[in-house]
Amino acid sequence: MRVYIFKRLVIAGVTLLGMSILIFVLMRLAPGNITDMIFESAGYVDEADRRKLEAELGIDQPVPIQYVRWLGEFLRGDLGKSYRYDLPAWDVIKPRLPVTLELAVLALGFSVLLGVPAGVISAVRRGRLLDYALRVLSLAGLSMPSFWLGMIVILLLVRSLGFIPSMTYVSPFENLGANLFQFLLPGLAVGYRSSALIMRITRSTMLEVLREDYIRTAWAKGQRETQVVWRHALKNASLPVITLIGIEFAFLIGGLIVTETVFNLPGVARYLVDAIQVRDYPIVQNLVMLIAVVVVMANLTVDLLYTWLDPRIKYGKA
Amino acid sequence: MAIRTLDVPIRDTLAEARGWGGALWLFVKKNPLGAAGGLLMLLLILAAVLAEVLATHNPIRTSNRVLVAPGAEFWLGTDNLGRDLWSRVVYGSRISLLVGVASTLLGAVTGGLVGLVSGYVGGKTDLLAQRLMDIMQALPILVLALVMAAALGPSLTNTIIAISVVIAPRAARVVRASVLAIREFIYIEAAHALGGGHGRVAFRHILPNTFGPFVVLVTAQLGGAILAEAALSFLGLGVPEPFPSWGRMLSIAAAEYATKAPWLVIYPGLAISLAVFGTNLLGDALRDTLDPRLRGS
Repeated sequence: MRVYIFKRLVIAGVTLLGMSILIFVLMRLAPGNITDMIFESAGYVDEADRRKLEAELGIDQPVPIQYVRWLGEFLRGDLGKSYRYDLPAWDVIKPRLPVTLELAVLALGFSVLLGVPAGVISAVRRGRLLDYALRVLSLAGLSMPSFWLGMIVILLLVRSLGFIPSMTYVSPFENLGANLFQFLLPGLAVGYRSSALIMRITRSTMLEVLREDYIRTAWAKGQRETQVVWRHALKNASLPVITLIGIEFAFLIGGLIVTETVFNLPGVARYLVDAIQVRDYPIVQNLVMLIAVVVVMANLTVDLLYTWLDPRIKYGKA
Repeated sequence: MAIRTLDVPIRDTLAEARGWGGALWLFVKKNPLGAAGGLLMLLLILAAVLAEVLATHNPIRTSNRVLVAPGAEFWLGTDNLGRDLWSRVVYGSRISLLVGVASTLLGAVTGGLVGLVSGYVGGKTDLLAQRLMDIMQALPILVLALVMAAALGPSLTNTIIAISVVIAPRAARVVRASVLAIREFIYIEAAHALGGGHGRVAFRHILPNTFGPFVVLVTAQLGGAILAEAALSFLGLGVPEPFPSWGRMLSIAAAEYATKAPWLVIYPGLAISLAVFGTNLLGDALRDTLDPRLRGS
């Protein structure tokens, strides 16, 4: 077990190191550097000033040195400076973290609450009308762009209630009710899509588990359907579902990017889009790296959780 | 090893199917949902091919008749620049289909080749290729596509490349997994014994047998690719103007004029959803047919 954890940690480290190289190279491919952007907004370019600034920022150095320097700063928790806000990047990101986190947790909650029961019911009623209806509904969820779903929901609200949802962010500490109300719809829009994936995996593993001998025994003992399905079967069917929830986390962040934009929520994901659009590349580089760290950690946690939840799996020799 | 009876219903696919027509009818009968998906895909392809015929106006010519509600002249209304929405949605199918198919194929073929080589050669090559794929999958699809698109600059070709980069590692995984299984079959040993070189064995004997899972993957990723294009274009980092992209249509006009002209929001999004819904339905049915191990999952 210890060997396994160690191995997983090494792999995660290698992945993140590779990721950092990939991001760094990609950002160097992007046309122009930060000085172009700064001078562009000033309207004139003084070559001497520009070289001075380049030296100040360290981008006149050879690329490998720049890379090592960036990595060192990142590891020490220095996320650089936002040129747009003229603030340390961390000061811009910090107030945005709770927004994204709240949205992600809500979306994940909705996706599990909708996806798992739908998957179980669909498996139990396999081949019936209800099964077809639930499958079509979940596939529809996978097919709709989450930003469009968000727009339609806002539109319906405005049309039917003549009511315009608040488009400025309300902190939960100021007004919890208004905050939850504001996050409910974007959370549902992102969660619906993820619930479709969870529903599908729940359905297929439930179908497998329901064929097992011990389930037949439970039926033979005369246990009620609710007991057999929700206690005995779901327990063993939940492992792949947990793995998927870990993977889902990565997809969620993708969904948040467009959803935060549509619902005008000042989260981290939206900041990434903003930074890309104004070519604030040092910030993009650090934010993407930060996302990669979160995703890799989420997957690692799920993997380790897996061995803990299912003692039958022995990874020591793997 | 005990001989297991095949629980795959061979009779269905061989005896009953007489020619292409029979096979098609059987598919429709067995998979009504898949057939519906196929129909949606067919409509999408028809719209793309016959865009000139179906469009009633020039999709990129602006006019002073802005935000006209849907009616006899403008079937789906006009946008804030006076362009006919119906014609734009029809032409938009070309962009969606082109970016979707091109990026999926580019990604699937490159990834597939990596998977074939890494699965066949094994050892250090395999380890290196796998780590590389791990790295590329460590980011959410949209984030990687976003960064790629930002680095390359917004254009039609770059959008295709950015999305294909996201698809490649998935294809590599799928092909590698089936190569690893096929490699152990006795007929591969026979092919080697008969003097078949590595290239011949890999491409003639192994590659054709990875086709089933490969097709399943391609259809499954196609919907994702169309969605990715829509999201990238929506954020202004995908297909640039004047191409009528569904995602782009939703970004500029829709947000601003949503309450005054809801058709600007409804129809392009509906087009995206139906196209992706079609590929997903068809993908599911194809998976059930071509890869029975995954049936119903």
